[in-house]
Amino acid sequence: MSTIYILWLRQLKRYFRSKSRIIGSLAQPLLFLLALGFGFGPIYQRAGGGNYIEFLAPGIIAMSIIFTAIFSGIEIIWDKQFGFLKETLVAPVSRLNIMLGRTLGGATVASFQGIIVFLISLIIGFRPENIMLLPLALIFMILTALLFTAIGTAIASLLEDMQGFQLIINFLVMPLFFLSGALFPLNTMPKALVIAARLDPLSYGVDGLRGTLVNGAHFGLSVDFTVLTIVVVLFLIIGSYLFSRIEI
Amino acid sequence: MIQVSNITKKFDGFTAVDNISFSVAEGEIFGFLGPNGAGKTTTIKMLTTLLYPTSGEININGYNPVIDKNKVRHSFGIVFQDPSLDDELTAYENMEFHGVLYKVPKDIRKNRIEQLLKFVELWDRKNDLVKYFSGGMKRRLEIARGLIHHPKILFLDEPTLGLDPQTRNHIWSYIKNLNKEEKMTVFFTTHYIEEAERAAHRVAIIDHGKIIAAGTPQTLEEQTKTSSLEDAFLKLTGHVIREEEANPIDRLRLRHRFRKR
Repeated sequence: MSTIYILWLRQLKRYFRSKSRIIGSLAQPLLFLLALGFGFGPIYQRAGGGNYIEFLAPGIIAMSIIFTAIFSGIEIIWDKQFGFLKETLVAPVSRLNIMLGRTLGGATVASFQGIIVFLISLIIGFRPENIMLLPLALIFMILTALLFTAIGTAIASLLEDMQGFQLIINFLVMPLFFLSGALFPLNTMPKALVIAARLDPLSYGVDGLRGTLVNGAHFGLSVDFTVLTIVVVLFLIIGSYLFSRIEI
Repeated sequence: MIQVSNITKKFDGFTAVDNISFSVAEGEIFGFLGPNGAGKTTTIKMLTTLLYPTSGEININGYNPVIDKNKVRHSFGIVFQDPSLDDELTAYENMEFHGVLYKVPKDIRKNRIEQLLKFVELWDRKNDLVKYFSGGMKRRLEIARGLIHHPKILFLDEPTLGLDPQTRNHIWSYIKNLNKEEKMTVFFTTHYIEEAERAAHRVAIIDHGKIIAAGTPQTLEEQTKTSSLEDAFLKLTGHVIREEEANPIDRLRLRHRFRKR
């Protein structure tokens, strides 16, 4: 327990100490909210979709979570390169606990980031429909954050240096984000894209957030919750397996 | 305290450590010397549970690192070749982190951290982030950190690499002091042969994965009919410069250098 706690605490301290990282990672969602929200808003309205900001905000919250979470997971590569990982790996604690502590820490940070973006979206004009469902929205944020921190950890366990980082952003994170229905409704997309979206775990995170914040779930909240939970458990197992095999 | 019998480590057909055996007694300072790429770090990694030997047996403080990993891990402290501190944490937090990982009870932990940070003369910098520390300060902090859980053995992989003579002397006087007062067994590698000559009770010289000589510095000098350990070392290992494969950090540094151009 103490191992998990101290690793969790370390992730939080690192996050809150790098002010530039917090500000930097807020710029992108803010830009998306402003540019897309106000850029596409009128067209979306004319097409009969209603208020685009209402639709977009949950997607952008999910976006900030996935980016922060993947990055937290990938940070293991940093630790590998700058040696700190060795310090934890020679300690008399199980690798599973190290991995869990890190992942929980990364997920906490990512959820926190999601909450900040939620608050920003309120300023821009986003209004959640049902305040009572906010705790449920938080659960979806945490699940999404856990999932992608675990995925980041799994990937980082396989990579040796940051060379592959761009590859991951462009071939994994971006497609997952664009196919998740964060920016546009799934029900009007071509069949192939709908199938892709169904296979994309982020879709369920976005959908869960949208379902709780603005009542617009595509798959349904119970489906979202079940799928996310299963995939989270799956990737925690994969992530801890790959992490346990790191040799340095 | 350390017994190694016939261990071999192979990486995809390449033999890094080839059937070596040696032992280190309790309270001994043991120097493990060898040119670049001779297998020093690989051996330390096997002794400290980071790598499994392909064959052979290791015994650390009565335990086998392959089977009783955690007991072995409690038995030693280690200072790695390259820094392994968290730069974004303070000196105190780095110590605290280590103490928690090794399950040192809170009140004992507090006392020991204070005592050790004073010992390496970093107590007044305890709340500074490690990223602002110099190389020598980081090394001292790492040594202090490796001692929080009162290990029986201290492993030092090139502990004085890149430090000035003042700091090197400083660090060695700490280590010798610990060895004398706490009866701590010390196992170290270094490229500064004169350090080994001064500090080590016994040394072993490894080259191409094999131990080619072992004994007190004096016996090695006598065996090779030389007047210093460094000459004995060169006589035994030859004058050919060894190439080592670049690790990811070296590659990273290289890229940085290219980008700056």
